[in-house]
Amino acid sequence: MARVSALTGLRYRVWLRTVARLLRRTATVQRLLAVSAPVRRAWRRSLQLRMVTITLVASTLLVGAFGVVVASEITKGLVGDTVSKTHEKLVTGQETVVSPQLKGITDRNDQSGLSYTVGQVLNQLAGNTAQGLDVIVAIKPAGPDLQFKAQSVPERPLDRLIKPDLESKIAESKVAHEFVTANLGDGPRPYLVYGTPVPEPVGTFALYYVVPLDSEADAADLVRNTVIATGAALVLLLALLTALITRMVVRPVRSAARTAQRFSLGFFDQRMEVRGEDDLAMLAASFNQMAENLQGQIARLEEMSRLQRRFTSDVSHELRTPLTTVRMAADLIYSARDEFEPAVARSAELFQAELDRFEALLTDLLEISRFDAGFAVLDAEPTDLVPLVERVAERLHSVSGAVGVPLRLELPDSPVIAEVDPRRVERILRNLMGNAVEHGEGHEAVVRLAISDTAVAVTVRDHGVGLAPGEEKLVFNRFWRADPSRTRLTGGTGLGLSISLEDARLHGGWLEAWGEPGRGAQFRLTLPVRAGDRLTHSPLSLVPADAAPGTALLSHVSSRDGAGHDA
Amino acid sequence: MVDDDPALAEMLGIVLRSEGFLPSFVADGERAIGAFRDARPDIVLLDLMLPGMSGIDVCRAIRAESGIPIVMLTAKSDTVDVVLGLESGADDYVVKPFKPKELVARMRARLRRGEDVTPEMLTIGPTGNQISIDVPAHTVSRDGEEVKLTPLEFDLLVALARKPRQVFTREVLLEQVWGYRHAADTRLVNVHVQRLRAKIEPDPERPEIILTVRGVGYKAGTG
Repeated sequence: MARVSALTGLRYRVWLRTVARLLRRTATVQRLLAVSAPVRRAWRRSLQLRMVTITLVASTLLVGAFGVVVASEITKGLVGDTVSKTHEKLVTGQETVVSPQLKGITDRNDQSGLSYTVGQVLNQLAGNTAQGLDVIVAIKPAGPDLQFKAQSVPERPLDRLIKPDLESKIAESKVAHEFVTANLGDGPRPYLVYGTPVPEPVGTFALYYVVPLDSEADAADLVRNTVIATGAALVLLLALLTALITRMVVRPVRSAARTAQRFSLGFFDQRMEVRGEDDLAMLAASFNQMAENLQGQIARLEEMSRLQRRFTSDVSHELRTPLTTVRMAADLIYSARDEFEPAVARSAELFQAELDRFEALLTDLLEISRFDAGFAVLDAEPTDLVPLVERVAERLHSVSGAVGVPLRLELPDSPVIAEVDPRRVERILRNLMGNAVEHGEGHEAVVRLAISDTAVAVTVRDHGVGLAPGEEKLVFNRFWRADPSRTRLTGGTGLGLSISLEDARLHGGWLEAWGEPGRGAQFRLTLPVRAGDRLTHSPLSLVPADAAPGTALLSHVSSRDGAGHDA
Repeated sequence: MVDDDPALAEMLGIVLRSEGFLPSFVADGERAIGAFRDARPDIVLLDLMLPGMSGIDVCRAIRAESGIPIVMLTAKSDTVDVVLGLESGADDYVVKPFKPKELVARMRARLRRGEDVTPEMLTIGPTGNQISIDVPAHTVSRDGEEVKLTPLEFDLLVALARKPRQVFTREVLLEQVWGYRHAADTRLVNVHVQRLRAKIEPDPERPEIILTVRGVGYKAGTG
């Protein structure tokens, strides 16, 4: 059951997403999104804008609600006073003037008599109650018993002031009042209409007091305007205050971000300004502390690296000078070996040969330690790779002839020019081609060269014993040997491929190996045509065309960031 | 021979004497200039790392008063060191540990001079900005004014000028001018071409006499 509901939920979500996508595609929404993009970006990016907006909205709501309550309470108070006063007058008028006078009427059908009496009563009432006030008193028949014309003093169009619902309430013998806005010829004005039934033997009269509420309305308006003005001022003040406060917080944060950014760009002496002792000052102080520590750490690492380089360089010099002397002495002894006893002569030969090995090993070790110290520099220049390959092949000619592994070159007819470090590329090729000759087992080795718009590639293929699965990665390890028991011809140091890999990396290039037991091996070097470019492909395939594809497709990937690519 | 290592100096002395040279030795840079003036050698072997005055400074000081061949001995093969040495005026360099035969071959290549005595006058460069070379007299002049070149720079210029319009690869130049049988360090060529340009080009930034052919090498500019 839970599964079903989960599934439904999923479906629902998918559906929602589809709808949202469709909606997003419609032109109007697109246009709206486009138009609001800068605003949305500003919203996302500015804390200050968000804070001010939120404060603005929240305080508007709060102050608005407060204003409404205050204004309505004050108005109610003002009007309530008038209402109770009018009620008092109404009751007094009824008891002292209206009832006693109307009691005298005996004939309900005497229209003129009725009207006259009512007129008298009203005049008296008006005389009593007006007292400078703009009060209208009126008497109407309240029910079907009495039939006479409603009258008021001063005379006014009563149907505009007295509404039927009030009349019906009074007809039900209730005292009631109503607020009315009426236009009596001088614009719409608010009035309080208070009515009471006056029951007499001849029938029930309705007595009305109509009080204009102009002064109350004015007072209420004043109150409302004051509340609105104060509220608006308050809201604006709050927004301004928020903007200021946020600015106080945001400014150091922005400055911290800027400083951190510059710091990360390598300006390690960047510091923040520390002002006061508050939290922001603490932020600045902690930031500065961090920067200080980082700077110290970086300086220490740089110093260590510098010492390491210096050491490498010194060791290099210190070792090479005595080795030069030994070398020359050995050469001298070697050239005179014919005059020695056989044992001494053989020793001189061994001395000479092993000195060669020692020298090669020292050179390779120093080279690799230079890579490790990050001291290797790419010295790239536009170079034609065709003569470079030919030159390396030419130098291997005697060795390749001696072991019976011919080197076949498949090179393009036109120059293959790439921005590379010729010494390093030559070293890589010497290594790869030397290995191919050494491990060729009497079969020919093939060197191919190709170029595309962005990359050059050289593959070196041999048909020797090949590589066991997994070995295509191991070959690049330092001092790794495929078969320790196998005889060595070229006397490699075991560092050749490691150095080649570093050389390739320094170019931002790849050096990879493919191999299968019994089917030989192929090494591929890929370098960018323009120094510093990123490689995306190689013009030559790593797995040779004569090897069945898919049987053993393993590659060692080497690039500056170690990212994968097509094999 | 300027080197601070006594064993190397002695061994080198044995080798050089057996090859028919007459070496004299100085162990530090400061005395090297005085010894150079006294001995008036045909060639200077100079270690780059010396106590006192550095090999680079010694090289500059000698170059300031003579065009004599200078071969640097260096334990560093990093581009910075090599290029710095070459720019300070060395003609060639060998990296320690070197084979004695290699050093001797290099020295002989630097000393092999003045073999061709056929009167030959060469002119290269675009019209209005020409360089004339008097090969037997070993002089180069621009607008009738003599330009001082070291013998190596002179050889480099003559090699290029003899076949104007032909592009020389750096390897071919190394073989013809420096006497390397196998191609060696092409930085030698680059640095010396720059030095040569600085002396003969009106504007070395925009060369007109020795032109670079991208990816291939150099050639002499012609009218």
